[in-house]
Amino acid sequence: MSFTKEFLKQEREAQWRLDLRNTIKNKERAAIERVSMPELDPIERAKEQRVEVNTGLPVEAAQKEASRCMDCVNPTCIDGCPVSINIPKFVKYIEKGDFMDAATTLKETNSLPAVCGRVCPQEKQCEAQCFYVQKMKKPAVAIGYLERFAADYERESGVQNLPKVAELNGRKVAAIGSGPASLAFAGDMVKMGYDVTVFEALHEIGGVLKYGIPEFRLPNSTVDLELDTLEKLGVKFEKNYIVGKTASFDDLKGLGFEAFFVASGAGLPNFMNIPGENYNGILSSNEYLTRVNLMNAAEEDFDTPVLFGKNVAVIGGGNTAMDSVRTAKRLGADRSMIIYRRSREEMPARVEEVNHALEEDIEFMNLNNPVEYFADENGRVNRMRLLKMELGEPDASGRRRPVPVEGSEYDVPVDLVVVAIGVSPNPLIPSAMPNLEVSKWGTIEVDMDTMQSSIPEIFAGGDIVRGGATVILAMGDGRKAAAGMDKYLKEKYSTN
Amino acid sequence: MNKIVHKEIFSEKVVKFDVEAPLIAKSRKPGHFIILRVGEKGERIPLTIASADTNAGTISIVVQNVGVSSAKLCALEVGDYLTDLVGPLGKATEIHKVGTVLTCGGGVGVAPLLPIVEGFKKAGNRVVSILAARNKDLIILEDEIAKWSDEVIIMTDDGSYGKKGLVTHGAEEVIKREKIDECIAIGPAVMMKFTALLTQKYEIPTQASLNSIMVDGTGMCGACRVTVGGRTYFTCVDGPEFDAHQIDFDEMIKRLGGYVEEEKAAYERFQVLN
Repeated sequence: MSFTKEFLKQEREAQWRLDLRNTIKNKERAAIERVSMPELDPIERAKEQRVEVNTGLPVEAAQKEASRCMDCVNPTCIDGCPVSINIPKFVKYIEKGDFMDAATTLKETNSLPAVCGRVCPQEKQCEAQCFYVQKMKKPAVAIGYLERFAADYERESGVQNLPKVAELNGRKVAAIGSGPASLAFAGDMVKMGYDVTVFEALHEIGGVLKYGIPEFRLPNSTVDLELDTLEKLGVKFEKNYIVGKTASFDDLKGLGFEAFFVASGAGLPNFMNIPGENYNGILSSNEYLTRVNLMNAAEEDFDTPVLFGKNVAVIGGGNTAMDSVRTAKRLGADRSMIIYRRSREEMPARVEEVNHALEEDIEFMNLNNPVEYFADENGRVNRMRLLKMELGEPDASGRRRPVPVEGSEYDVPVDLVVVAIGVSPNPLIPSAMPNLEVSKWGTIEVDMDTMQSSIPEIFAGGDIVRGGATVILAMGDGRKAAAGMDKYLKEKYSTN
Repeated sequence: MNKIVHKEIFSEKVVKFDVEAPLIAKSRKPGHFIILRVGEKGERIPLTIASADTNAGTISIVVQNVGVSSAKLCALEVGDYLTDLVGPLGKATEIHKVGTVLTCGGGVGVAPLLPIVEGFKKAGNRVVSILAARNKDLIILEDEIAKWSDEVIIMTDDGSYGKKGLVTHGAEEVIKREKIDECIAIGPAVMMKFTALLTQKYEIPTQASLNSIMVDGTGMCGACRVTVGGRTYFTCVDGPEFDAHQIDFDEMIKRLGGYVEEEKAAYERFQVLN
């Protein structure tokens, strides 16, 4: 569901919106300062893996922030949202005090509002397109904080307003993987009346929301509630099931599944392939975070072990690197270091995560690149060799290319190294489907408007298509795939 | 949840389970493994499938009690349920007609070897199998292996059964005696390393099945990385079988010890509590 300009205009002319706009002059709205997110004390919070850093806006603060929004004639913020949330409508509901209606508005297009309110890079999306930023050179309306506020308000109210679901249309479809792309897909499909089953390889539903993003940023209870909503809408979940392995696509077709949405993620962690990288104590961020988040390895009564480092180096500058280094700090590291080959400017991580990490005393060793690791007699890493870098001309990504400073190598003692330099597509699904067109990077080739692959009944989205992106882009893919698949199935059956 | 329908105690520390898993029983091939969990706080344990019964809808696994997780598994009884079971994982063994195949199994490595022996025999090969263990009690699945082998040679470290000596002694005798076209070795890393060194000397193509440490088993974590021919591979999705002559066994053995302190401490805590 995307909104036409006319529809949005009509909604904007609703009496309650008109009344609300007349209560405060735009000049007064613009004079209000952007709210800041209340958060826990950095020293205290850095001791707890499972306590959320951001505590959420209080009611008055949320309403005041919502009143900054001028309910623009042309709400450009929506264009910045990959899942096309009706942003002015939900924000105005908050201003008005109708918080449950705000939450319902979010759920019309977003299956995971409490998640997105916490992990979306809003500063690059909706908030980047806000009138304040575009025309007034002022900080954007805090759309992300408000999204979280509305979603949390509903959860805390104990009342779960379910979006409308069409009558079952008798068509069975499958989503493969249970991360954000699949959940967004499943939410839209179930609302359109499809019988949706989500297949997950791991023993928990949620994909990266569970194994990847730590609880201090996204509590599992928040994810579970969103999963519960989907389940109540009729989405079925199958854990411990690898499509293409446990059963083939053909087996599933035999069971009545007519189309598939492949969102199996970018499974394989990248390494740098430098000497010593296979020593013990050097692991991927996927492994480190999975042990801690999914397997609860840091807790004594859980069986999975994790290494507790004293001098921990995390290689990379993305959100996963921030999650890893802040986890290491929480698990008792004396030194938690980010080793990043470019400068702060070029870091792909969300601004908020970098700021939180800085507040928590994470050391940022920017313009440094590891070149070799050394180990003790048992093969456990004890030292890394870094090479200093400087910034040269911009490269293909538009960011300034890091250039080694010759002869600048120096050694740093470490006992745990987490490599967080990105992931490659998981080959499990593509290898099970020899006719599926994949790129040279192993990503599935799709029509980016419909997310349909070279095999008509197979759609794909998220990291298996993009090779490594964000929760919200994956969700946008899931929504597009749902629309694409619905159209495909309708056309297929109208001609028969 | 997968029900345990049969339990057989092979020795004090080695147990075989038949577990309900109808889909996996149907889709598994020799070389495939599964991952299971015992309890909501349990570890993900990778185990290679020893055999499957498609009619009964069960698979068989053999487990050796070596730590907390395997102890919890071994303590389960018929009628109990595994909390989670997923598979089949990994690449299947490449089975073809080559002539004579020498298969070497050490300890519980004989369990994953069984479907491979069966596969090579059914593909029309002459199969000579060597089963090795520290002593008689630890020799497992002898009859099952014998069913699909032209000859079975037993080797024990202490000479309590079969011939006294290591698997490599038995293997070298066979290699000197007749032409071997391919060798498969599954067992402790050290056993596979020395088998590989032996067959390299005689230029016999050899596959070894690795039991690296894993978490997810689907290619996601990279805990199971292994150097083969100078390149890093993931045992879970690129293996578990690799060209044994190309495997960096010394690195692999060190990596198997990556959590040895944590595992030891956990086992001590566990034994105090149980």
